[in-house]
Amino acid sequence: MKRREPTFLDQEARLAFWMLFPTFTVVLAFVIFPVIWNLWLSFKPVSLGDLRGISLFKFNLTLDNFRKVFGDQEFGPVLLTTLIYTIAGSALSMLLGLMAALLVHGEFPGRGLMRGLFISPYIAPVVAVTFTWSFILDPQLGVLNWFAVDKGLLAQPIPFLSQRWWDLDLLGVKVRMPLALTSVIVFEGWRYFPFAFLFILARLQAIPDALYQAASVDGAGPFRRFYHITLPQLSTVLSTLFLFRFIWTFNKFDDIFLLTRGQAGTKVLTIRVYDYAFGEFNIGASSAVAMVLFGVLSIFLIIYFRWIVKEE
Amino acid sequence: MSQEYLERTIIRILRVVGLTFFIIIVAFPFYWMIVSSFKSLGEILLKPANLGLDIRKIDFHAYYEVLFEHGFLQYISNSVYVSIVTVILSVTLATVGGYAVTRLRFRGRELMSYSILLIYMFPAIVLVIPLYVMFSRMGLRDSINLLILVYLAQTLPVALYMLRSYFQTLPPEMEHAGLIDGCSRLGVIWRIVIPLSAPALASVALYTFMIAWNEFLFAFMFLDTPEKFTLSRGVVQLAESVHLSKQLVMAASVMVTIPILVLFLFFERRLVRGLTAGAMKG
Repeated sequence: MKRREPTFLDQEARLAFWMLFPTFTVVLAFVIFPVIWNLWLSFKPVSLGDLRGISLFKFNLTLDNFRKVFGDQEFGPVLLTTLIYTIAGSALSMLLGLMAALLVHGEFPGRGLMRGLFISPYIAPVVAVTFTWSFILDPQLGVLNWFAVDKGLLAQPIPFLSQRWWDLDLLGVKVRMPLALTSVIVFEGWRYFPFAFLFILARLQAIPDALYQAASVDGAGPFRRFYHITLPQLSTVLSTLFLFRFIWTFNKFDDIFLLTRGQAGTKVLTIRVYDYAFGEFNIGASSAVAMVLFGVLSIFLIIYFRWIVKEE
Repeated sequence: MSQEYLERTIIRILRVVGLTFFIIIVAFPFYWMIVSSFKSLGEILLKPANLGLDIRKIDFHAYYEVLFEHGFLQYISNSVYVSIVTVILSVTLATVGGYAVTRLRFRGRELMSYSILLIYMFPAIVLVIPLYVMFSRMGLRDSINLLILVYLAQTLPVALYMLRSYFQTLPPEMEHAGLIDGCSRLGVIWRIVIPLSAPALASVALYTFMIAWNEFLFAFMFLDTPEKFTLSRGVVQLAESVHLSKQLVMAASVMVTIPILVLFLFFERRLVRGLTAGAMKG
């Protein structure tokens, strides 16, 4: 039988294959494969010392890693810390982003400069901003503490990033505040509000003026116009933003690691991944925690693609 | 006084207060980073509450020490190398790949476009341990070029997605004309698509540069030899080795931050477009 001549479409498909081949290979090797490899490791007893041995490929699968991870006394508190950090951090960054967007929206001199300034926490390298904040908040050398002590606002410096609890006396009511965790959440709000700011600002500028004019004619003042027009118009972008911030904050490692190393009540799941691997030399348990993170991420991605993408 | 007028006045006051608040909380850390880097150790230890900088006492010693005694000259050149190679590879592969996904017909094209987005959501902390295990075993881990490949995998999906969105807005007629005149597909990309896409390519290049330049986790986990450190890795090393000499850490931080902020100020609009189009992971 005669071989079929390659058609024009076949040629196009072959060309497309070669044009996408490098991208595909890199992503396969450095994203897809590690995820599968991680799944494999999470079912194996592997320690950091085993990396050179042959046992990495043996079929000695076990659930021990997951038993260890879920059975750990710390697991509950770490999960709780993670959730508090994620929800409060996402909410704070969005609230600040919304405020900043409302402030910059509208015409005034220096607006472009302001917009540029507001984005800088987000684009500056994470090591630089975490070390600068650690220095500012330092109890021995930090400007914030000593400035407040100098001006008589504080009796003594507060170790913002190294003390777990802070006992407050609010008008006779004693409150115990998780100090280091709060500091880390505030940092999260500071560093990531520009992300919300950019998206909310873009959405604000897309709201048609006619809506506001109509409301004005009907006698609605600026506050009512905000409540009845601006907020509803922003609802989609706000919910999408919250989902994205939630996912990324849940998986955030760098910031907490550089600020506190997970000490003083700031240990989140991502820090646990690192601690199991390099503190306890237990690669298996570390991979198991990573799988937990990955599972949670998958759930949120499904939610995202099911509801939000479909609605749009 | 009408309700409208009252509310407008309140809003004007709130705006001034709010803007002041934001300017202070955003600018102060950067201000403090720069000011502290010009202080001496004595100044840092004795006057921690001194907000200003005495012009007569400006001290460049921290920069000298960090550059020549703590190896930062090497780290700067490593970071420049890593970032520029990542940008060149990422922009090239994303242009070719983005074009294929936009203009060529093949099975699985839709699936491809969706999975690009999905892959970009995978968090680094989930990838870093398996990659660490794999490359430790192969004895390849402590390498700058490997780091470039990791950064490429981190940036390519977004870069490709951003370029795809841009290519879709280009009219295909010019490309058809090129093809009829005997250009190959690659010739069409080189002669027609790239010149038309300069702004989008610049956005992608900036975005990729920023990711590669700022990256911390992989550099921290993969690199062992100080001669191979990137700037971010070097700053962490420095911060771990000096306890009181904060002026050194601040000088090093200024060196990592300034290039990215300067680039950003020059190309603000472009970068903002990149950020909102692809949305940066972080």
